[in-house]
Amino acid sequence: MTTRARVLVLVCTIVLLAAVATASVLHAAARSERKDRARPGGPGVSAGRVALVGGGGGRIVFRNMAWGPHRDELSSVPADRPGAGRTASGVRCLRFHAAAGTGICLQAVHGAVQDSYRAVVLDSRLHVRAHYAVGGVPSRARVSPSGRLATWTVFVDGDSYANSTFSTRATVLDTRTGKLIPSLEEFRVVRDGRPYHAADVNFWGVTFAADDRHFYATLATQGRTYLVRGDLATRTVTTVHDNVECPSLSPDGTRIAFKKRVKGLPADAPWRLYVLDLRTGRETALAETRNVDDQALWRDDSTLAYALPGDYGADLYTVPADGSGAPRLLMKAALAPVYLGTG
Amino acid sequence: MYVADSRASGAPSADGTARAPDRPGRRRAAVAPTVLALGTVSLITDVSSEMVSAVLPLYLVAGLGLSPLGFGLLDGVYNGVSALVRLVGGHLADRGRGRHKAVAALGYGLSAVCKPLLLVVHGLPLIGAVLAADRTGKGLRTAPRDALISLSSAPGAQGRAFGVHRAMDTTGALLGPLAAFLVLRATTDGYDAVFTVSFCVAAVGVLVLVLFVPGPARPPAAPARGRGPAPAAARPTLRAALALLRRPEIRRIALCALLLGLATVSDSFVYLLLQRRLGVPEGWFALLPLGTAAAFLLLAVPLGRLADRVGRRTVFLGGHVALLGAYGLLLTAGPGGVLPFAGLPYAVLLLHGTFYAATDGVLMAAASQSVPAALRSSGLALVQTGQSFARFVCSLAFGAAWTAWGDRTALGAFTVLLACCLLAVGRAPRGTPTTAPPATGTTSEEAPA
Repeated sequence: MTTRARVLVLVCTIVLLAAVATASVLHAAARSERKDRARPGGPGVSAGRVALVGGGGGRIVFRNMAWGPHRDELSSVPADRPGAGRTASGVRCLRFHAAAGTGICLQAVHGAVQDSYRAVVLDSRLHVRAHYAVGGVPSRARVSPSGRLATWTVFVDGDSYANSTFSTRATVLDTRTGKLIPSLEEFRVVRDGRPYHAADVNFWGVTFAADDRHFYATLATQGRTYLVRGDLATRTVTTVHDNVECPSLSPDGTRIAFKKRVKGLPADAPWRLYVLDLRTGRETALAETRNVDDQALWRDDSTLAYALPGDYGADLYTVPADGSGAPRLLMKAALAPVYLGTG
Repeated sequence: MYVADSRASGAPSADGTARAPDRPGRRRAAVAPTVLALGTVSLITDVSSEMVSAVLPLYLVAGLGLSPLGFGLLDGVYNGVSALVRLVGGHLADRGRGRHKAVAALGYGLSAVCKPLLLVVHGLPLIGAVLAADRTGKGLRTAPRDALISLSSAPGAQGRAFGVHRAMDTTGALLGPLAAFLVLRATTDGYDAVFTVSFCVAAVGVLVLVLFVPGPARPPAAPARGRGPAPAAARPTLRAALALLRRPEIRRIALCALLLGLATVSDSFVYLLLQRRLGVPEGWFALLPLGTAAAFLLLAVPLGRLADRVGRRTVFLGGHVALLGAYGLLLTAGPGGVLPFAGLPYAVLLLHGTFYAATDGVLMAAASQSVPAALRSSGLALVQTGQSFARFVCSLAFGAAWTAWGDRTALGAFTVLLACCLLAVGRAPRGTPTTAPPATGTTSEEAPA
């Protein structure tokens, strides 16, 4: 083949491939418009005021996943009528949690080239009080029952250049003083009663006790996960149980809801929802038999809410916390709920 | 001894010894067209593969809703497989004339078809399988590609040739994430678009390889006329490939790479240490590898040329001195450190990139000189695999040391280890020079830029 022929072949192929590439990008770009149009039969969403306190009666505030102009906005519905029309706040969050008038919202910041993420502390009217850059894709967020402490976990892609190692980073913030603990990896680890150091320690899914000092979280090292109890005053975490991920402490402080990696399940759907009694160490399997990858939320001392994959990303379900009953659909196209003004 | 490339024009050169200038009265091109073509292939392929690597975590977490943890565990396994496949690729490429290009094309092609496969598989095990296939492709192509680079370059210009190739390769690695994020920016959840574009880019890379990298170089009779080391032993059998280790000069290079590899802490640990000890903010963490890559890119050619001039061994060892410097900075800085100046992370990344620029291509250039042309691919694969193996062992040991003693003590220990290895290698007898080109090379090859 002559050089001329080679160049011709190359140019023709490039033109062809460029057309394919352009078409795929345009197709994916058009998806954005489709998602900005409300689907017929979907929940009604209208713009309005959403607050974290007051308003009378119980409400659920959550990330609205329904397609339309208010997709990803924090929205609210009456707790007793979750299927009612949604009020959207205009504040977009990927992950959200709130307590006692303080909200934590993990959101994407669209940059010129790459999206970055930040954690935003919201006041009771969803106004930004402070924001912090985070170094990865948001995963979990929690606020302590008093509203003073906030925490978030992100996935950090540590080494995109050479290989695909992933790690998590769990951060704790005192919203009153602004004091930040960038990573729980700074804390001393006591495993099985002995000090423990390792490069591969990862933390995720922090949940706070009511005293604004103690917390529970998942610690992973050497391929195993542990439930740890942490102390912010002594900067120490201590392992208390095996095979616990994304713990969530009950309002009465006696139980931990968590996702457990159950043997024999497929590698990409390995988790079931369990409750651990902290006094007896007894685990109870809940009635949900599907794979749950979420940090469950205690609606009250007897019911848990959690997300499962759905047509619009995620749907919310509830299940009794004692292993009885059956899961019930709470609402479609929603994620990261909190119950306000109840109990 | 070296085999000159056959140019795109197809004009064969006269013999297997020193190559005459291309056209009388004109200076020989600084870098052989084959090297530029292979550099272009690598650049394009790296754009494609780094597009995918850059968005993969996002895709798994945000796109598929999977938890990527534990995924990294498999990474060591993949890298191990990739190293073994590299030996296979190296051996296959040496068997029969013109196999280098065929094996390299197979490797590039395999990685290319993996991209659209990512679109259709959704479970973590299947995604893992596709990524393993992708790594297999990478493993297959590395040794034949490096062999092609060395076979098409003059003995005195190997360092420069590898430098040019690595610089182009790294350019692709830097452009890939940029391209991926531009696609994501223009779309909503456009991971499918990223994978499609990545496939199209990879296909162009394969095509450039097929069209513009010359195939069978020359009849195998040619090397016999060279006066290089032991030309008769150049029968490309598996035994011959293993017998390469009996040659003192190859053994010396392999041992040198192995020994220093044992004290080369993996990139992930370096970035982790940077963040912990120098307090690099969260948002910058993902950018740290880019710092290393930028320094690598800028220094690959100058250091490759320097290696041609002052000796590959010297530059290779110098690269490890730079790494030693990076360790030293990481040690002295940090909480309670004595060097709290703001440019420290940059200095560490610069030294880290210098290390790569002074060692990655330079090692191949040095090894090329001791391996007969007929076994070039196997020989290079052998040295590379030895080095990867040593680095893998080092990663395990460093992780264990960190667990036992904490990060500072572990780093201190490995700094001492690296210094000892450097001293040992530096004081070892040089034997056959890896510095000057062998007798067959002529000074006329050292064309100035």
